[in-house]
Amino acid sequence: MKHLRSIDEVSAESILSVLKTADAMAEVNSRPIPKVPALRGKTVVSLFFEDSTRTRLSFETAAKRLSADTMTFSVGTSSVNKGESLRDTIETVSAMGVDAFVVRHKTSGVPWQISEWTDASVVNAGDGWHQHPTQALLDAYTIRVGLNRPERFDGLHIGIVGDVKHSRVARSDVQAFTKLGAKVTLVAPSTLLPASLEGWPVEICHDLDDVLPALDVVYLLRMQIERQEQSLVPSLREYSTRYGLDVPRSRRMQEHALVMHPGPMNRGVEIVVDPSSLRGSRVIQQVSHGVSVRMAVLFHLLGQGGELVEESGAL
Amino acid sequence: MDEFVIKGGTVIDGSGERIADVTVSAGRISAIGPNLSGSQVIDASGCVVSPGFVDLHVHLRQPGREEAETVETGSRAAALGGFTAIVAMPNTEPAQDSVAVVEQVRRWGQDAGLCEVLPSGCLTIGRAGERMAPLGELAAAGVHLFTDDGNGVQDPLLMRRIMEYSLDLDIVLAQHCEVSRLTTGAVMHEGCCSSHLGLPGWPSIAEELMVHRDIELSRLTGARVHFLHLSTVRSVDLVRAAKADGLRVTAEAAPHHFTLSDEMLRTFDATYKVNPPLRTAEDIAAIKAGLRDGTIDAIATDHAPHPAHQKEQALDAAPPGMLGLQTALSLSLGELDLDLPQIIALLSTRPAAIAGVADRHGGPLAPGRAANITVFDPHASWTVEPDRLASKSRNTPYAGRAVRGVVRHTVLNGVPVVRDGEALR
Repeated sequence: MKHLRSIDEVSAESILSVLKTADAMAEVNSRPIPKVPALRGKTVVSLFFEDSTRTRLSFETAAKRLSADTMTFSVGTSSVNKGESLRDTIETVSAMGVDAFVVRHKTSGVPWQISEWTDASVVNAGDGWHQHPTQALLDAYTIRVGLNRPERFDGLHIGIVGDVKHSRVARSDVQAFTKLGAKVTLVAPSTLLPASLEGWPVEICHDLDDVLPALDVVYLLRMQIERQEQSLVPSLREYSTRYGLDVPRSRRMQEHALVMHPGPMNRGVEIVVDPSSLRGSRVIQQVSHGVSVRMAVLFHLLGQGGELVEESGAL
Repeated sequence: MDEFVIKGGTVIDGSGERIADVTVSAGRISAIGPNLSGSQVIDASGCVVSPGFVDLHVHLRQPGREEAETVETGSRAAALGGFTAIVAMPNTEPAQDSVAVVEQVRRWGQDAGLCEVLPSGCLTIGRAGERMAPLGELAAAGVHLFTDDGNGVQDPLLMRRIMEYSLDLDIVLAQHCEVSRLTTGAVMHEGCCSSHLGLPGWPSIAEELMVHRDIELSRLTGARVHFLHLSTVRSVDLVRAAKADGLRVTAEAAPHHFTLSDEMLRTFDATYKVNPPLRTAEDIAAIKAGLRDGTIDAIATDHAPHPAHQKEQALDAAPPGMLGLQTALSLSLGELDLDLPQIIALLSTRPAAIAGVADRHGGPLAPGRAANITVFDPHASWTVEPDRLASKSRNTPYAGRAVRGVVRHTVLNGVPVVRDGEALR
């Protein structure tokens, strides 16, 4: 597999292999001059059809530290020339000589469409509500480091709290965590869960306090303000009361448990105003791990890191 | 070629099944029987000779989107698919909400001369769902089927008024059933697949609520209602119950709704985006059952051409719709497990009645009637190749599929317009 489009398409062994490579990349990043020539001569294009600061910066930093050339094609979908199809855009940029596209789009599936129209590798940096595989890998890496789990996650219980329905992070995380052997519980009101959870290897809980003491990781999803306007919750205040992680509630957590969030945070909604006041918070570490993990992904796809393979018989 | 004989075929036309020759003269059938002769012979050996097919649901895109299709190119695809009459949907630009536009579309159809183009009329001005279109003027101009297809009429008061107003006009009100508040941003069927793929879902209930509403409004007003492209289990159940109650309702289903499921969207290929969306295996089974037991009256293609550059977009930006005219017969033969008389009833006789053209389309094939005839080989196979279809667009979801059932000849008003599988115009 020359692409990383979905965690679905990657075996547990390949996930662990990327995480091991990320250890080596973390070592590179700790050097005075954090740069190696592994991808010299390779061109990585960031194709961001949707605004994103941290993911784009993280990928570009990762590519540069591996000595790849980087280009950025940043465009809100609204400003794309109406006459040009997505295919036209891809074929045009491909013609400039591209080894990998890093793609962010507001609509599910765009990385798959793009991979039909280019010979370059495609790395999904977030498509609609569907997948954000490098986020899941950096989340897994954060758990690996934070709970000292260098191999599989068997026996861990991870709660993913909040707006699963509209979350590409949740979809990728569920797949990554369960492939590594963890038990995952989704914690949300029914309005914020997908219409069907058929085939999802998860448990469902509607009461955060109920499940909190059992969790090794509390993964909080971003709660967007629009969700109250869409009557998915009565108000952000009520959401915060029922599903937000504040300091008193966090005392119900196990001592070793981690608190994670993909960012950007709505402080005071899904997470306390000052997350650093939460014991076990790994929010900042997630960001720094993101660079190491994305270096590892690019190294596997474009360099000598070894091919990512699909699970035999996976979906 | 004013006089000819169609020789050696099996005539199936709703009045039975018999091996017979058909002679045509001056636009009409002159005789049916064994061993007829004529100065010119159209060979139908091994073939079925049936009344020409009637498609209640075709997007010809003209005026306004001639890069996708024109009346002429769509008519050619229709003739090659065995259709002698097609209802042109009104979502043109400008919309078919005035006599001028309707007459223009009809004239383009006559100029093309490949099949009879029956313009539908809008239910509301500009298909905007706000004010009633001039139903009476349009009916006087020969429009029989009215719809805002692409949009359902959302306002129940307006729909009630339209139904009441229609009562003295002898017209059919055809609803695109979709409660739009429930489908905002929707790309595919809401269910297991959409949940997995993170694509906004188009729930079955959005169709069923409007089917239910219009059945009840028809019960209240007595209006004649036709349901376009039914796609769900409960929609079929509702129509079945309404018919059992004796209401004046009919329904159609599209071939893609009995052949393809929402699983196809796992490819993220916008060719499979259509409205209403591809649904589940249970829905497919219900559509087939509805076609079998007569709940659904007609197979209608919802032929919806779009040029490649518009489909090669992200799924939310790509327009919904797929080609249908040249694959409808083959898919019906291959997927429905119905006998030939049933399939011909669904493709010809019953849609002809709904379209108001039973005087000249849909059979029976009998001396004196207009010669609108399709000759097809139900056993011959072919492979769908997008580049070889007659439509201006290529958006068929069946590319590469091997199917059976080949249209050999199509006769429109006594004139062969397709001969040996080739359009003559």
